[in-house]
Amino acid sequence: MNLPNQSIPEENGADSKKMLIAMVGIGAFCALLIVLIFEGTKERRAFLKAEALEKAIFQVIPNAKSMKPMQFIDGQLTEVDKEAKGETLYAGYNESNQLVGYAIEASGQGYADIIKVLYGYDPQKQAIVGFQVLESKETPGLGDKIEKQESFLANFISLDVTLNADKKGLANEVVTVKQGEKSNPWEIDGITGATISSRAIGDIINSSIQEIGPKISNK
Amino acid sequence: MNVAVKENKKKREQKSTDEFIKGLWKENPVFVQVLGMCPVLAVTNTSMNALAMGLATSFVLLMSNILISLLRNFIPKQVRISSYILIIATFVTVIDYVIQAISVELHKSLGAFISLIVVNCLILSRAEAFASKNTLKHSVMDALGMGIGFTFALLCLGVVREVLGSGTVFQFQILPENFQSWIIMILPAGGFFTLAFWLLFFNYLKERKAKS
Amino acid sequence: MNTASLWSIFINACLINNFVLAYFLGICPFLGVSGKVATASKMGAAVTFVMVISSLCAFGINSILTAINAPYLQLISYIVVIASTVQLVEMFVKKMSPALFNALGIFLPLITTNCAILGLVLFQTAKGYNILEGFVYALGAGAGFTIALLLMAGLREQLELADTPKIVKGTAITLLIAGILSLGFMGFSGLG
Repeated sequence: MNLPNQSIPEENGADSKKMLIAMVGIGAFCALLIVLIFEGTKERRAFLKAEALEKAIFQVIPNAKSMKPMQFIDGQLTEVDKEAKGETLYAGYNESNQLVGYAIEASGQGYADIIKVLYGYDPQKQAIVGFQVLESKETPGLGDKIEKQESFLANFISLDVTLNADKKGLANEVVTVKQGEKSNPWEIDGITGATISSRAIGDIINSSIQEIGPKISNK
Repeated sequence: MNVAVKENKKKREQKSTDEFIKGLWKENPVFVQVLGMCPVLAVTNTSMNALAMGLATSFVLLMSNILISLLRNFIPKQVRISSYILIIATFVTVIDYVIQAISVELHKSLGAFISLIVVNCLILSRAEAFASKNTLKHSVMDALGMGIGFTFALLCLGVVREVLGSGTVFQFQILPENFQSWIIMILPAGGFFTLAFWLLFFNYLKERKAKS
Repeated sequence: MNTASLWSIFINACLINNFVLAYFLGICPFLGVSGKVATASKMGAAVTFVMVISSLCAFGINSILTAINAPYLQLISYIVVIASTVQLVEMFVKKMSPALFNALGIFLPLITTNCAILGLVLFQTAKGYNILEGFVYALGAGAGFTIALLLMAGLREQLELADTPKIVKGTAITLLIAGILSLGFMGFSGLG
């Protein structure tokens, strides 16, 4: 198949006029169709997206019944519009509208590619209370155990991330240890066969909470 | 319409079913023509993905074949490929939004491969080789046949890979729980191997037919 | 921006997530043009070049589309940019070096429908790379494509001399080899 060389001007005037009409006609039709579909499905797409996001957030913050998107503006945690650009975290509230925790997105280099996670942080308990992998390309059957293995996910029911005395970082860094060797509440029990992936999760959470934890407590 | 066309009308009536059948088997886009390999290998790790991808591709193929066949006397020869690509890209954008409106999860698992339907050589080759030269009816038949043939091929791979790789079909457990799944089947390498074995199987059938 | 992460983007695109062997992008030329080492290397160079140019253009387009808030035009504008880049490269090569133009022949216009290029542009947007990261990503992807193509071509040249059964000849044996290469490339994960 050969691409026509469009840069050569047509010798025949009628021909180039026909060409122009054809291209403009097709272009207009295509543009119209795309905009129609885009507008027609807009509501439904936004609804589904919000639903998926809500589901993920309620999973990582136990007891949460409603949520609001928030951003740090001048160091202050402020409620923002859903469509706002930039780093957003989500505050979860229970039935009586009390704050029960924050859902925070974080990402970092895994074994195969970037891993994206969402975790729940309870500022009262100063602990991580839930965890979910949003996106990963870790090896199926080995690295992807970080998404499913119950003994690993159990680490995040209550993972200690207490701030240190001057509230500028964590008292104890979150680290991943070998499977079965967890002895402190701030350690993550790793997975045999997914050593690098589970260690990557520890690093991702550690660097994210080191930065965000103090910011939240300062507000 | 000239006289010869009218005379051939009866012949053509029969032909239109042929156009449909040929895509299913004799000129199957994947197993015989080896076209559109990227999605065939990339999204067939589960049967569900394979089916969704097959249907999405068939939709784009059908719509672009219809439009191109209708406009075949209107599009000047010099800009035909550009017009085809424009039309195909439009329908791909449409199906992309439709899938997003059906299920976020499905859209996520197919990812960029929906957009990559644009460069699926199957669609452009049908537009250039068939729809631009044939009537609407035949083009529709051709698109349906090729689309179903393509979906069938994707399912052939998807089902084998999902059964051996996770012991399920459309997420229903069919192999016993204690089956040690072959992880390699879900990995990229498994895609290459599965397609290679299907091609071997068809070659074997052909060989045996030729001998008898 | 530190060099370590640029290096990891390069390694990631080139080896760990090799476009051909892990993402299955650009399989058509991979199966079609990998008969001889000489053509394979030229094809690799041409694809790498188009990748880099398209990546830079796509970055510009993306900023414009974000500015005018028209995400639905993304796919169409990308494919138009790629098609025009290929056309430009074709004209340029024809003028500067007719010998190279003849050597590449039909493969040059065919780059338009090479999914590796559209894939690169789409992944780059999805990952939110800036212009420098996008450039490195394109270089890595191009290098990875060339490596896969060269490996395959070398193996197939040897295979010509081997006594293979009749039914595996052609595409089937190529796919089997690609599968084994893909397994080999899995060993690179963890390098990033």
